[in-house]
Parts: sequence; C-alpha cells; structure tokens
Amino acid sequence: MTETAQPPAQIVVEGVTHMYRPPRGKPVLALDDISLTVQNREFVALLGPSGCGKSTLLYLIGGFLPIEKGAILSDGQKIAGPGPDRGIVFQHFALFPWKTVRHNVLYGLERQGMAKAEREKRAMDYIELVGLHGFEDSYPSQLSGGMRQRCAIARTLAFDPKILLMDEPFGALDAQTRGLMQRELLAIWQRSPMTVLFVTHDVQEAVYLADRVAVMSARPGRIKTIVDTKFDKNDPDIFKNKFFIEKVDEIWNLIKEEAIKAQGKRA
Amino acid sequence: MIASLRSNFIRYLPLLILAACWEAAARLELVSTTALPPLSDVVRSWFELLVDGELIRNSASSLFRIAAGLGLSVVIGTVIGIGMAWWKPVNILLAPIVEALYPVPKSALIPVTVIWLGYGDGSKILLIFLGCMVPVTIGAFNGARASEQVLVWSARSMGAGKLRVLWDVVAPGALPELLNGIRTAVALSFILLVSAELIAAQKGFGFLIGSLGAGGSYSAMYAVVLTVAFLGFAADRVYLLIAKRTLAWREAA
Repeated sequence: MTETAQPPAQIVVEGVTHMYRPPRGKPVLALDDISLTVQNREFVALLGPSGCGKSTLLYLIGGFLPIEKGAILSDGQKIAGPGPDRGIVFQHFALFPWKTVRHNVLYGLERQGMAKAEREKRAMDYIELVGLHGFEDSYPSQLSGGMRQRCAIARTLAFDPKILLMDEPFGALDAQTRGLMQRELLAIWQRSPMTVLFVTHDVQEAVYLADRVAVMSARPGRIKTIVDTKFDKNDPDIFKNKFFIEKVDEIWNLIKEEAIKAQGKRA
Repeated sequence: MIASLRSNFIRYLPLLILAACWEAAARLELVSTTALPPLSDVVRSWFELLVDGELIRNSASSLFRIAAGLGLSVVIGTVIGIGMAWWKPVNILLAPIVEALYPVPKSALIPVTVIWLGYGDGSKILLIFLGCMVPVTIGAFNGARASEQVLVWSARSMGAGKLRVLWDVVAPGALPELLNGIRTAVALSFILLVSAELIAAQKGFGFLIGSLGAGGSYSAMYAVVLTVAFLGFAADRVYLLIAKRTLAWREAA
C-alpha cells in the first residue's frame, strides 16, 4: 500500500529572491538569491532562526506565493501554482474542521478523481498507517495535537505526492509526541522514500531526520551552508552517538550567530 | 424524557406565572379590560378566529411573505457577502452600498416599497428582502474573510480549483458567522412584516391586528399579537436546532 505509484521528483531552486510586502509599511527582503537542489528521494531539512524566510521558501515551492525573481522546478518543470505533485503538511495541521478524519483524508483523493471504492480503501489504509484506526469518524476538534498531525500526514501521503513539503510539522507538539512522530515519519519515509523538504528550527530534529541540512541565515534569508547529516537513523542510541552529537554541535554553532542576529534585529 | 419535560416546565414557569397574573389582573379589574382583556377571553377569541378561517388565511399570506423575503435575502446575501470577501472588485463595488444601507431604518422604506409594488405581497417581500439581506451579507462577508489561508492552500495543493475552494473551504468556514447573520435576519423579518402590514396591506398578521384594533375587538387583537409572538419564538427555536446540527463539528470537542 505504501509503494509510490509515481517516482519521486527532484526540486531545483534557482536564484529565488522574494520581497515580503506587508499591507502597510515598506517591503522587506525576505529571501535573497536562494539556490538549492533536493535530489530524488532525498530528505533535506531547512534550518534557520525564526523569521529567516524558511517557511516562505517552502510556500514558494508549494506554489502558494508568486515567484518574482528566479525559478523553481519540480522534475524539470517550472512550477506555477499549487499542485498535487507537491503535498504539504503545516505546523498547525490545517485540517478541515468540518470534516471527519476519514473525509479529510478522502478530500485529496476525490479531487484526483479516484473511483469511490478505491479511494475509500486507500483512505482507510493511510488512516491505519498513521495509527488513527478507530478515529475515522472523529472531528479534528476531538483529537489531540499529535493525532491531528497524524491525520494531516495521512491526508497528504494518501494522494501520493512526488514531493513532501513539511512546515515545522512537529513544532506545535509536546516533546514526547514530537519524538514519537519523528521516528514514525522516518519509518514511513524509509519504507517509501520520497523527496522531502522539512522546515524546522530544531537542530537535533534536522540532523536526526535529514540526509542534508541547509542552514539559513537571519533575514534576509540566504543559504549559509549545507551540511551532510547521513547517519544510521535506525540506531536506537543515535542521540548518544558521538558523531551525531558533534554534528548537532557543529550546526548549532553555525546557527547560533544567526539566531543572535535575528534577536538583535527584533529588539 | 421526563427529566427534560421537567426542566422545560421549570424554564417556562415564569411565562405561566405571567399568564396567571394577566388573568387575575383583568378578572379582578385591576386594569381596564379594554386595555387588557382577560387571557381566557383572548384564548376564546383565538379559537373563534381559527374556526372562521380568518387566522389561517392571514397567517398563510404572512408566512408566504416571510418565506419568500427571507429566502431571497439568505441566498442573495450569502452570494454577495462571500463575493465581497473573495473578489476585491466586488467589494469595491458593493461595500459602500451595503454600508449605506446598514443604518437606514428599514421601516422607512415601507411607503417606498408600496409605491413601487402596491399593497400586495410584492412590497412586503421586497421590504423583508432588503432589510434581511444586510445582516446576512455582513455575516457571510465576515465569515468568508476570516477563512484560514492554510486551509485554502491545503485544498489547492490537493488539486482543488479556485471555485472548488470557494465551495469546499470558504463557504463552510463562513457558516458560523453566516448563521449568526441569518438569526438576526429571522427576527428582523417578523418586525418588518408586521410593520408593513399594519401600515399598508389587505391581509396578513399586521392587517388583522390593525383592523381588529380599529374595530374594538381587543381580545381578538391580542390573540393575533400572541400568535405572531409565538411564531417568532418558534422560528428562532427551529433556527437554533438547525444551526446546532449544521455546526456539530464545532461542538464535538
């Protein structure tokens, strides 16, 4: 059930610059000349201090914001708007509150025009996959934060996107739930590798989940450096692994000065 | 079942006490029976009106006017409100009109609608439509404007087109505010109906109240007033029931 019908795609970001235009006040340079390539089946984390534009970059790739300068390609095709080749999971779940778990998961499949019997089966499979069996007919308001995010992940995975965009998906969860969800996401990804771009400001999360971590600078957002973070993610003691700890330290040092800069600008 | 009967009885007990006071005050002639005929006389008059068909004939025509005016205002007000929230040109075009219409006492339009459409159903329906459209439009507008960006984006990324998003995301998101607006509209529709019928009509509740009062049949007049009051109350109860069902997903927690 989890084999992907469509091969994963590659994301190429070429010289993207983005101005944030508040309704009142002057435009602010949010992203400055960003270039980044995420390979097929690669898991890349976008790491940066808050306000560095990492979510903005994700929304540009999602096609939700207009690309003013530069280009973004998905599988060699210039993107021009949202599309089901790129699924997204938001920090605050973005579930339809008036739909039950089942109908939330079904929504994307209905939009794809999948036959009824097939989409019902597929929805149940993915609800099962994220461990929400028995909650099919619950409304989001009846679920815990972790369960809501499981539902959102099932909803996105179900319509089989080539690329999975995740916008601080575990940022609103408590520490224990977050750890659990990280492990489950990795397990899902290892079973059916797809191209993942994962926005976070949590260094350990980035190093644990990703193959590579793109570290961004404080506003205006630039890619400061890209760090290789391939580890044996199945090692139960990975968080005690010396190399893992050193890698977290290394990236933390890179990002620390940016975080201080970001704080200074806000004060 | 019995518990809910009991709690309903306790809830409406003050109304029963008020009715008893009314009857006692009139019977003991603490007030003039012309100004306040005994409640039992009012009830008797009510049955007389029912039997000779007056009440049913006039109710039917009033309820038709309300249904038509309110129905039109809900449909058109919702479309305009969501349109204003979703397309800027619609907003630029219609917002000043809605804002100008908002503070106008709609009863001032009664003579105008009569000049346009005469003494019949048309003028009442138009008046109710104009008055009720405002709260419905504002409710739909506020609800649709507050629709969450990430929900719209989610739907778009799952392959929903723009119109699809309007129907699947913006409209249900606007529903709580819209229903609030409709509740105001329901109450307003009764006010406008009776006012218009009192001033210029040949049938309907307002006409009946006015002509019975002018003819000195005060207990019959009270009977019609109480009927309208009850219908207004019942309409609000029905509304609340529908709203509760429609918004079950909100109360689910």
